[in-house]
Amino acid sequence: MRLVLKQHSVLPGFGLTLGYTLLYLSLIVLIPLGALFARSAAMPVADFWRTVTEPRVLAAYRLTFGASLVGATINAVFGFIVAWSLVRYRFPGRKLLDSLVDLPFALPTAVSGIALTAIFAQTGWLGQYLEPLGIKAAFSQLGVTIALTFIGLPFVVRTLQPALEELNAEIEEAAASLGASRWQTFWRVILPTVSPALLTGFALAFARALGEYGSVVFISGNMPLKTEIASLMIIMKLDQYKYAEATAIAAVMLVASFAILLAINALQWWIGRGRLKGI
Amino acid sequence: MATPVKDRRATNDPLWLRVLLVGISVAFIGVLLVLPLVAVFVEALRGGLASYFANITHPAALRAIRLTLLAAVIAVPLNLLFGVMASWAIAKFEFRGKSLLITLVDLPFAVSPVISGLIYVLLFGMQGLFGKTLAAWDLEIIFAVPGVVLATVFVTFPFVARELIPLMQEQGDEEEQAALSLGASGLQTFWRVTIPNIKWGLLYGVILCNARAMGEFGAVSVVAGHRGRTNTIPLHVELLYNEFNAPAAFAVASILALLGLVTLAAKTFLEWKVQSQLREPLEPATAEA
Repeated sequence: MRLVLKQHSVLPGFGLTLGYTLLYLSLIVLIPLGALFARSAAMPVADFWRTVTEPRVLAAYRLTFGASLVGATINAVFGFIVAWSLVRYRFPGRKLLDSLVDLPFALPTAVSGIALTAIFAQTGWLGQYLEPLGIKAAFSQLGVTIALTFIGLPFVVRTLQPALEELNAEIEEAAASLGASRWQTFWRVILPTVSPALLTGFALAFARALGEYGSVVFISGNMPLKTEIASLMIIMKLDQYKYAEATAIAAVMLVASFAILLAINALQWWIGRGRLKGI
Repeated sequence: MATPVKDRRATNDPLWLRVLLVGISVAFIGVLLVLPLVAVFVEALRGGLASYFANITHPAALRAIRLTLLAAVIAVPLNLLFGVMASWAIAKFEFRGKSLLITLVDLPFAVSPVISGLIYVLLFGMQGLFGKTLAAWDLEIIFAVPGVVLATVFVTFPFVARELIPLMQEQGDEEEQAALSLGASGLQTFWRVTIPNIKWGLLYGVILCNARAMGEFGAVSVVAGHRGRTNTIPLHVELLYNEFNAPAAFAVASILALLGLVTLAAKTFLEWKVQSQLREPLEPATAEA
């Protein structure tokens, strides 16, 4: 028991539960994930580089990162408005609206995918009005962005809500009594206070969008060099039994999402310290 | 701590702004989130009720429903057992490396669906690490049911644990210690003290776990291949849609949409239950900040 230094407790079952946890975690998660990294590490660097810089793969990366960034930004703006309305205002149907925010979590991605396509296709409910304006919403990069916006919204709203609830009214009152306009109070007091939460929500939405597959593949149309996303490239390589190439593309995406996760954790740690200092 | 303030003239927004922001919120959620949900049911029922029922009782659809239920029936209990074990070890004991362990439990959420499927193909696929061994024994995992189950277990791995760990940490272990000092055995303490305390949180985790297990698409799509032999409900939706059979695709999708709505309702109810359970046993004097 030198590795796992446990403090004394009268409760039983430590060995059993921790042992089971570690065993199950290793079998289901750690060993399979390790295999992926081992496999991509075993690949010659030149092959790895050639795969991830293939024009088609590069285009897919560009679209995936670009559309995810745009989607997360849209969600940061509208997610803030939604969270603000839910926390600050009382209006009929507020509880229902609050529950509906989780819809993208509850709806399986394939279902959202075909539903969004049906709405935004040329003959769809909204697509038919966008078409005359020259806006091609489905089977385009715009379609990919719409789908990635759809799945990201709950992340921003759900991280912002507790932060807005904790916001101290006295600070706002102080700002107002010192002569700040409502607009100044928002920019100088409210936004800086909740910005770590906003940033966390943005990063979570971005990370989720990077790996999204189901809600995108139907509306994207999957045209080579134009509307293919990174997840689709992995599946295509697998369909051609090019395991090594699929692994290389996946490794880049995985490193990107782990880096974002790490950044979020650092951010959380920073918020935690801020709170200790006494906000 | 949020203290409800009745009169906050200085912090209240003018009426026009309130109406504008609520209007934007309702419009954004209405168009982006609610409209697709409505579209599923409208498209599913376009051909009338008779063809709707014909579509969802088609043998291939029923096969897909059966496989989805099978995957969920295996994945949910496995992850439930893991969730309870992990949260007991993490919430009731202090040990080195605990925060690392919590991060690792959440890891599958950081892995995208397609990559979640890929890692099992790399292990058990034809060119995978164990591919030759499996072939020699005539065992099939990838492009077969076990692969679908494994991928489902992976993507739903953290749900119960991540719900229970903070709940049990907040509740502490005083009640368990009391039970033990009164002569209850470890198992008795667990069943009679811990389980009643965490039951709503447990149910919450199970419901989210189940929803994801039944709705997972990307990971399952990778391990099931495109042969149509091992179709779950979401994969069957894709197959029908790509065959230009939209009415059938939406009919089958409506089953999943219904599941999503039930999940949403249960989630809202349980969130309220968990909150009231958290407040109940903690007297203000013993509550630790």
